[in-house]
Amino acid sequence: MDVLLSVFVEPFQEMLAFPDFFLQVIWEGFVAGVLYSLIALGFVLIYKASGVFNFAQGIMVVFAALVLVSLHEMGVPAWLAVVLSLGVMALLAVGIERMVLRKLVNQHDAILLMATIGLTLILKGVGQLFFGGEPKPMITEQLGLPTGSTDLEVFGGLVILQHIDVAATVIALLMVIALAVFFSKTRIGRALRAVADDHQAALSVGISLNQIWAIVWFASGIVALVTGIMWGARSEVSFALEIIALKALAVLILGGFTSIPGAIVGGLIIGIGEKMFEVYWGALLGSGVEAWFAYVLALIFLLFRPQGLFGERIIERV
Amino acid sequence: MLYREAGQFKTSYAADQALLPIAQDRIGLFVILISAFLFIPAFTSDFFIGAIMIPFLVFALAAVGLNILTGYAGQLSLGTGAFMGVGAYSCYKLATYFPDTNIIILILCSGVFSAIAGIAFGLPSLRIKGLYLAITTLAAQFFLEWCFLRIEWLYNYNDSGAIEVPQRKLFDIAITGASASPVARYLVILSIVALLTLVAANVLRGRIGRSWMMIRDMDIAAELMGIRPLYAKLSAFAFSSYYCGVAGALMVFMWLGSAEVEAFDINHSFLILFMVIIGGMGSLTGCFMGAAFIWVLPVIIRAVPSMLGLDLIAATTEHITNIVIGVLIIFFLIVEPHGLARLWQIAKEKLRTWPFPYSST
Repeated sequence: MDVLLSVFVEPFQEMLAFPDFFLQVIWEGFVAGVLYSLIALGFVLIYKASGVFNFAQGIMVVFAALVLVSLHEMGVPAWLAVVLSLGVMALLAVGIERMVLRKLVNQHDAILLMATIGLTLILKGVGQLFFGGEPKPMITEQLGLPTGSTDLEVFGGLVILQHIDVAATVIALLMVIALAVFFSKTRIGRALRAVADDHQAALSVGISLNQIWAIVWFASGIVALVTGIMWGARSEVSFALEIIALKALAVLILGGFTSIPGAIVGGLIIGIGEKMFEVYWGALLGSGVEAWFAYVLALIFLLFRPQGLFGERIIERV
Repeated sequence: MLYREAGQFKTSYAADQALLPIAQDRIGLFVILISAFLFIPAFTSDFFIGAIMIPFLVFALAAVGLNILTGYAGQLSLGTGAFMGVGAYSCYKLATYFPDTNIIILILCSGVFSAIAGIAFGLPSLRIKGLYLAITTLAAQFFLEWCFLRIEWLYNYNDSGAIEVPQRKLFDIAITGASASPVARYLVILSIVALLTLVAANVLRGRIGRSWMMIRDMDIAAELMGIRPLYAKLSAFAFSSYYCGVAGALMVFMWLGSAEVEAFDINHSFLILFMVIIGGMGSLTGCFMGAAFIWVLPVIIRAVPSMLGLDLIAATTEHITNIVIGVLIIFFLIVEPHGLARLWQIAKEKLRTWPFPYSST
């Protein structure tokens, strides 16, 4: 009976008793969710266009942020460092398309996934070799990102909003809008959607698959850089982020592999759900439930809706 | 010339269905087993046995487990490390509760718990497949890892959070614990691995194994032909996890001596996946080749700079190892997606017709 009480009643009583704390928890979860969404967004872009499940997205985030920070350490001004890191991501995209994807056309999904796992190892090794394995602080101020925090008075309590979190949310929103416009209004964007729909049909109307793949990997490289900056500004740039980035996989399951809105909604659900579970129910199980909550939620979810929230319905034919 | 089956006539159905129908293969396997059981313990150093052969065998067994699931039944799994952990922790608990039972029996039993965990986390495979399934196995990985850390009962409430292997004997020779000699441990592992591989080879060509392969090749068609996906998929998960669990128990009891959660983290899952990919999906020989390759390669990379007189820091060589393994994985996927096992098969085909490749055989 005590157990039932502490699972079903007490957490809610606590939420009602301290609404300001509850809001704070929701906000923290929301911001974490935005960052999960950003990582998931990079996955979705690549999966839609090339059918590659890009396991390396997490390490690309770390890699992009590391390049940026290290360039700045070498004395390059911040804005130039951003431009140069974008250049590095572009080179990386072209390189991956040339050396890996082009050779693996028409291979099975699992083989492509494993190739990106290989890519993860390479990027990790190169990153650690050139930039060192220890965590680095993100150059938040030099990039003109806000720091500090505001205290909001709600329900007679205080909710602390970190400015960088607000900025992250706004930037994520802008990026999603930009991507939506890019996909629906530009020539390349429409070509990307055509490729996502049907590779062969796209080829037959004269769209170059190789070009599109390089572009889409670059696009997710940009997303990775932005994610890296935001995440680095909240904590620091380190390879530990790679494991956290794996949570974006759970987000993908919730949202469906091919849906951009799904990636965002899924990210927010996971972010908020995980924070609330940790704060209100975590003590029952011992702490650290954040490590698996996302995956177990995704697993339970999958049992009821295998194609995700917004994913296309899977139709199988023999 | 040497490897040619001309003149070997099969005179019974049993001979036709034999595991190794070609005499040269039988001789080859015999030579390998003899050298593994006799020559390696007799002529190599304790370091070689302890640091190379024992880990190689443990990982090869885990790779066999993963290969059953991924290579034969077509269910991609990223939770191998956690299933190894279930085996290790349950073996530890069994050793605590049954101190008088032979440790080898306990190790073999601990796989059963791992198999149960495998069935539980294999349930989603009935509804989802492919990459989605791969991600749900991540749930197994992280959830079980958390259990190993938080459930203190699993490590007998000790302060370090690590499981320490007790001293156990077989025929009055210490085989686990600090005083066990590498040779004794090696021989026990070798026997278990050889036995389990033989079992796997026979299960895989039997009815269950063939139903796994049908599910892998096309699950809907397999279902129409009377294979029950429920039994086929869950039995694949159970079998695979059993092997991983035994490998995990062996890893802690026979190799490491003590282990914490980190021994079963996701990097180990990936390591074993790499072994399976590089060795060859759907090949038992490939598991051993892949394990040897992935385990021995870093040893070689570590040895090369000192041979050339360069002085590299340990961390640097580790990064280089990462890069090399990554490049090799991509290289293998591009050049030979079926791995080392396929290369070996091609070599054998060439040998059959050598030195007259164009004559009809």
